[in-house]
Amino acid sequence: MGDVSFLYEAKGQVLVIHLPKEFDHHNSRDLRYETDLLLAENYVRRMVFDFSKTVFMDSTGIGILLNRYKQMQRSGGSAAIYGANAQIRRVLAVGGVAKLMPQYASKEAALLG
Amino acid sequence: MCQAEINKDKTADMQLNGADSRRESCARETMRLQIESRSRNEEFARVAVAAFASRLDPTLMEIDDLKTAVSEAVTNAVIHGYRGGDGIIYIEASVCGRELTVTVRDTGVGIPDIPKAMEPMFTTDPAGERSGMGFAFMEAFMDQVEVRSEVGCGTTVIMKKQMGG
Repeated sequence: MGDVSFLYEAKGQVLVIHLPKEFDHHNSRDLRYETDLLLAENYVRRMVFDFSKTVFMDSTGIGILLNRYKQMQRSGGSAAIYGANAQIRRVLAVGGVAKLMPQYASKEAALLG
Repeated sequence: MCQAEINKDKTADMQLNGADSRRESCARETMRLQIESRSRNEEFARVAVAAFASRLDPTLMEIDDLKTAVSEAVTNAVIHGYRGGDGIIYIEASVCGRELTVTVRDTGVGIPDIPKAMEPMFTTDPAGERSGMGFAFMEAFMDQVEVRSEVGCGTTVIMKKQMGG
């Protein structure tokens, strides 16, 4: 099942989270802890989720996205998504995330907001 | 004795429809899989069921929907049924005509209040990281979902979907 570690990238006050190919319960066990740590140590105003390598997501992913979205809302920040394929966009819609978090086609657009 | 244990050798359709389903119009084909309750098996389970379902010549979207629903049921068994501990997850998939039936069964703690558990956004997770949308996703991505559970005996989820046209 390959490398499931997350890759994080800080761009000024923007935190980019590169999601794994299979964004499920198994592959997201460390995400909560790792992002909490990054948010505590860095001043993050915007959280950007990169789906460009992701081919699968279930409701576990929705739970994580909603939780991070609320977290950013509380601190006056924002959250966005880019690179989602058709199936991911369907799951985002069913999970109610599509109407909360803006989706962009490219990383550059998502960073700018 | 747990009802699910008594029924364990009956196919999902025999459980749903009684013995009459032996006189089916189709030649039913069935796949059975037993796996340990481990999070790494979530991907294996959804891929295995999707591979079995490919004989119905489904669209890519139907396969993606099926994988999502199976992932939800298996993740529920791992997290809630066995509470992250040891256990076996029993998966059965069968086809009759264009209809796929998938059963995911655990012999874990069971669900005390099934309607409550199936409410969208209901979750027992205190950390708030779980969306509580597992059953809602199964219902969104499959045609039919039935949940049977006995406290102390386990939970069986039976899902159906028309595929391939």
